[in-house]
Amino acid sequence: MMSDVPAGTVDYLIFILPTLLKGAVVTIKLSTTAFTIGLALGLPLAMIRVYGRGFIRGVAMVYIEALRGTPLLVQLFVIYYGLPDLVPALQLDRYTAAFLALGLNSAAYQAEYFRGAIQSINEGQLQAALSVGMTPFQAVRHIVIPQALRLSLPALSNEVAYMLKYTSIVFIIAVPDLMARGKIIIGKHWRAEEVLTAVAVIYIVLVNTAAKAMGFIEDRYRIPGLQTDRPA
Amino acid sequence: MEGYIAVFRSIPYIFSGVKTTLLLTGAGLAFGALLGLPLALVRVYAGGLWAFVVNLYIQTIRSLPLLVIIFLFYYGIAQALNLPEFLAAALALAVRSSAYQAELFRGAIQSIAQGQMLAARSLGMTRLEAVGYIIVPQAIRVSIPSWSNEAAIVLKDSSLAYAVGVLELMRHTEYVSARTGEPFVSFMVAGVIYFAITFATNRSLDAAERRLRIPSQA
Amino acid sequence: MTRTGKEIVRIDNLHKRYGELEVLKGVDLSVTRGEVVVVVGPSGTGKSTLLRCINLLTVPDSGRVWVDGVEVTAAKTNVNRVRANIGMVFQDFNLFSHLTALQNVAIGLRKVKGISAGRANERAMEELARVGLADKAGSYPNQLSGGQKQRVAIARALAMNPKVMLFDEPTSALDPELIGEVLDVMKRLAHEGITMLVVTHEMGFAKEVSNRLIFMEGGVIVEDGPPDRVFFRPQHSRTRQFLGKISELYGKDEGSAGIDE
Repeated sequence: MMSDVPAGTVDYLIFILPTLLKGAVVTIKLSTTAFTIGLALGLPLAMIRVYGRGFIRGVAMVYIEALRGTPLLVQLFVIYYGLPDLVPALQLDRYTAAFLALGLNSAAYQAEYFRGAIQSINEGQLQAALSVGMTPFQAVRHIVIPQALRLSLPALSNEVAYMLKYTSIVFIIAVPDLMARGKIIIGKHWRAEEVLTAVAVIYIVLVNTAAKAMGFIEDRYRIPGLQTDRPA
Repeated sequence: MEGYIAVFRSIPYIFSGVKTTLLLTGAGLAFGALLGLPLALVRVYAGGLWAFVVNLYIQTIRSLPLLVIIFLFYYGIAQALNLPEFLAAALALAVRSSAYQAELFRGAIQSIAQGQMLAARSLGMTRLEAVGYIIVPQAIRVSIPSWSNEAAIVLKDSSLAYAVGVLELMRHTEYVSARTGEPFVSFMVAGVIYFAITFATNRSLDAAERRLRIPSQA
Repeated sequence: MTRTGKEIVRIDNLHKRYGELEVLKGVDLSVTRGEVVVVVGPSGTGKSTLLRCINLLTVPDSGRVWVDGVEVTAAKTNVNRVRANIGMVFQDFNLFSHLTALQNVAIGLRKVKGISAGRANERAMEELARVGLADKAGSYPNQLSGGQKQRVAIARALAMNPKVMLFDEPTSALDPELIGEVLDVMKRLAHEGITMLVVTHEMGFAKEVSNRLIFMEGGVIVEDGPPDRVFFRPQHSRTRQFLGKISELYGKDEGSAGIDE
């Protein structure tokens, strides 16, 4: 009850911290899973977009344009509320819906980053690979993909940060991430400024830590002499 | 089937949410630019403390989810000042966009060659005049593609105003979805509308870029 | 050497260092009205820096500079005013890419001198005509050749009616066939009596129109005198070496490059 909630700000923050951190763990899980789904799906999508033909390429393009051109919230609602309406069997629980929506969305963005990276690798390298006798598949696997991954690192690092931030929308379908926990606590004690400040600080820490980590990875794997621009 | 028809009948109602969405987006972008360009100028041209403070602001905002910013405005400022939720959301969008626009303008300004500034100063222009007459006009042209990107982002982010109850496109769609019992169709319609607006915006900005482009050799 | 005319530029003991490297080690110079002074020397010996210290685009570490009697380096001086009286032409032209040739020439008049658009445009057209580019008034820098760009840049600087024109390797970034048109404009200016200080490798220009040839090396002025004397009877062996090399490269008796043998 209200009586056992500490009055002072610092004590209050300490009081709510464990709950918030539980939420932060969910946030981290969501973003890493979403990023991974995005990677697993995005790279093939990019390849189809660059090397594919006809119908399948069209499908990839439509997918990418649709998911990048509409709000994440719409996609989340379509998956969580819309799918079961379409096919009753597809009633996903809120967690799965969240993972799926975030992952599919990330895949579309990552596909674009990879596409840019792949296309920046000049034609000549592929021709050189083929001329030493590699099959197209080998050329792509050994020449294009390693470079594309490394060239995309700045953009991917951005994507990690974006994922961490955008997972906050899952509170709307009651997944108990950091944002959700914060909102619930506000609803209980009505000390919005303190709670939001704590939530904000935790997000800042998460995002900046991730950025630093990605920075290390970038430094380790950067191709000397080649740089790509980070998206805005 | 009647559900579908009900949805299509409700499209005008869904559309009436578009107005609010566009207002939110417009306000966010406009104030974002109004604040972002000066912030970028400070970042590039001002020294020490000012640049540091501006950078701190930018990095902090860019590390926060938009929802947190919206709630900060809604529970913090809006309650204290009794602002309507639309304003809280609009302010949040503006603040977020100002940080991102500051960065994109900074990139554009810094991409303008040093020599332009030197030539301007050599004519006797003050730094302010050089920045105003020579650097900024060129930087704006250079920044249009990135700005177009930012416009699309703000439009999509405006959907988060839903979280504080603003009657924009998402909210209207949800009502229609609830009334007609057709969530899938309803939200797909919303998706199509967002997409259409994004598409139109990108196209107009592309056209604007082409019109503003400096003629060059074939 | 008596100076009968007005001293337009005076430099006293100029020093400038960039980190470890000292590029100006105590340079003194005086330029009289109407003089055409050409400065030559190996790269990195401070020639450009010297020029930029005159209009304070580079701030010297110590030393003083006067232009037309005004001490540029004094704390109280309004640098922008001073710069409006000095014309500078850059190696990379630095034309304002978003403005037409006419607007490039007129902008200084409009924004710095506050002249009305109509009169500024008239003046600008005069200057463009003076450099032979009246027909390119509506073109953008991207649409012009290198030589044309540099001539517009000269017009832009001239439009401000400067007391002295500073040329920082004006032809170094030009294709050989375009150098001639720029040097022709510069020669004409020299004959019209414009005070000019030119950093260049173009020996033909130096011999034809300059009153003084200065050889700079190691951050100091090594030789300073009439071009004939400096060329044929230099007092320092280093001068002879350097000028000899340049002559080999650019042709001893011909003017600008581009003349077929």
